[in-house]
Amino acid sequence: MADQQQPKATARKRPAPSVTPAKKVATKKIATKKVPAKKVASRDLVHVPAGTVPKEHNDSAIRHGDVDEWGRSETMRAAARRMYDPIYNRWFRAEWEGLEKIPADGGALLVANHAGAIPSDAPIIMHGIETELERPVYGLADYFFRKMPVVGTMWSRLGGLPAHPDNAYRLLREQRQLVLVFPEGTKGPSKLVSERYQLGRFGRGGFVEIAMRAGVPVIPIAVMGSEETMPILAKLPSVARVVGIPYMPITANMVAFGPLGAAIPFPAKIKLRVLDPVTFNVQPDQERYSKSRIMDESEKIRDQIQAELYNMLRERRSIWRG
Amino acid sequence: MALPANNKRRVLVTGLSTFWGGRVAQALEQDPTVEVIVGLDTSEPHVELERTEYVRVDANYSILARIVKAARIDTIIHTFLVVDPTQMSRRAMHEVNVIGTMNLFAAASASDSTVRNVIVKSATAVYGCTPEDPTWFSEDTPPSRTLRRPIERSLDQVEGYVRDFAEDNPHVTVSLLRFSNVIGSEIITPLTRALELPVVPSMFGFDPRFQFVHEDDVIRSILFVLDNNLAGVYNVAGDGLLPWTEVTSLCGKSTVPLPPYVTSELLWPFKRLGIVDLPEEYMNLLRFGRGVDNRKLKQLGFDYDYTSAEAVKAFIEAVRLRRTIGDHQPSYRYERDVEQFFRHSPAVVRDRS
Repeated sequence: MADQQQPKATARKRPAPSVTPAKKVATKKIATKKVPAKKVASRDLVHVPAGTVPKEHNDSAIRHGDVDEWGRSETMRAAARRMYDPIYNRWFRAEWEGLEKIPADGGALLVANHAGAIPSDAPIIMHGIETELERPVYGLADYFFRKMPVVGTMWSRLGGLPAHPDNAYRLLREQRQLVLVFPEGTKGPSKLVSERYQLGRFGRGGFVEIAMRAGVPVIPIAVMGSEETMPILAKLPSVARVVGIPYMPITANMVAFGPLGAAIPFPAKIKLRVLDPVTFNVQPDQERYSKSRIMDESEKIRDQIQAELYNMLRERRSIWRG
Repeated sequence: MALPANNKRRVLVTGLSTFWGGRVAQALEQDPTVEVIVGLDTSEPHVELERTEYVRVDANYSILARIVKAARIDTIIHTFLVVDPTQMSRRAMHEVNVIGTMNLFAAASASDSTVRNVIVKSATAVYGCTPEDPTWFSEDTPPSRTLRRPIERSLDQVEGYVRDFAEDNPHVTVSLLRFSNVIGSEIITPLTRALELPVVPSMFGFDPRFQFVHEDDVIRSILFVLDNNLAGVYNVAGDGLLPWTEVTSLCGKSTVPLPPYVTSELLWPFKRLGIVDLPEEYMNLLRFGRGVDNRKLKQLGFDYDYTSAEAVKAFIEAVRLRRTIGDHQPSYRYERDVEQFFRHSPAVVRDRS
């Protein structure tokens, strides 16, 4: 809708034919009337069946699968939940606090700290919320996943998608879904063991801007234990460059279990604490939001999670038993 | 006001012998508000036309300005854009797409030009296809990376000319339609050819989501934009995205995975033997797919007859029918004298006008 009123902005964003003033009038006339079908009917054209009821569509009768527009398949998700349940309950013994702060309906952006060479926090948060609240969680991640054969497809079917602002907006604002994002990005999981529980920069605050534009709260989640599931002892940047991955870690797991066990996480006790939802009190759907406000809010949320992590660490008696 | 006194359109269709040109002309012939239809192409039309005047011209439209002026053309429907790289060489494609469009717009923007409507049929390939892409491209989403592939760059240059023309001629309603993967009962594209192979190629480890638009919806959207005088850029694509494996399963086919790395090099011998002919644009589509937001045109009142899944269903049903009864399309051959006789001979009794 907005792009029709601001054709110049449209033209600036993309080198495409701009809507010139004379034509804008024509477009606007139809847009405001909102009944172009009638207009067509009055001109009595044969080839556009005016006034006819739009054809009923029933894709579910045709389709063979249940993969949604984002690539998520509830069937695959359910199978994954059954498989992951023992890992979640027995291996990590995941324990939530404040789960009631996550709304039962409506969009919300879940923001958490990210850690472990192969981070277990993402599947744990998604599994926990999907089983407890019985609503899907879409996980935004680096498009890097999408480039990987097999892994990329699995990731997509299990609810992952590239962290493009358009994707996040549509999920949050239009489809009122829960979306999980780790603003640290790869800076979180690529930390060395010596830097554990020191949160990285929260990107450029894009998650705050998205939440503002979508008019949804940000719900911070502090995750304790994922750092110890797969601590990184050293990194091999040259190998990472050659293989084309963001980082190539030497993990304690490789040392303990050998190369074949590189993907097995240590059974650290995982505790998750949901913090109070953050709302921004701004109009959604604005073209721009104050950059300083975005950075302030982003920094505040980061500080909150960091402070809560310190609280949780103070209370922790054992890495394995919590 | 833009139309002549009798308020009837005089339409020029480029690419009359292409799949789209012929069908657009056929649809326009049914429209009593269209007075004159002139069709241009380098070769003769393949579909039966009643009152369309066919003019054979060079691929570069050198005499176009004269035709526009002589026939007092007020509407140009530019369907002669190659979006299927297997149709011709890269050089020929550049000639048709870029040079053809350039000359067309040069002719249409002559100082005494009568042209008031221009509709250009582009393709969603101009959005590119990369892993960084959003799930849905809207009309103003820029490509995620610089466009590198021949078709993408060719269409991007064409759209550049369309933009320039629209800016220089504010009195002309310019509409640019970007079509998704077209499928249906008749059209042949690299994708339909792939889906008719005994085993359908896929990319190992990838299962991207595809969007389709039915060939009838393509024609309907062109007429819709024309009838409603809609200016601007519009995506034309059916609702919904389907994983490639689901598309092949709907078609009752199994897939053969292609190697995801050094694909074109490994496929080169097969390409030389003519077994697989998938252009690089489609290799990438088999990795990442592409979805475009179709809501802009829908909000203006356009209703699609087919969703992506329904379009695929229509395709496979037509394939099944052809498999049983053979390809019994009535074959048509353009005979210049016959066509001239029906159009212009005083012996023919015409009940129109």
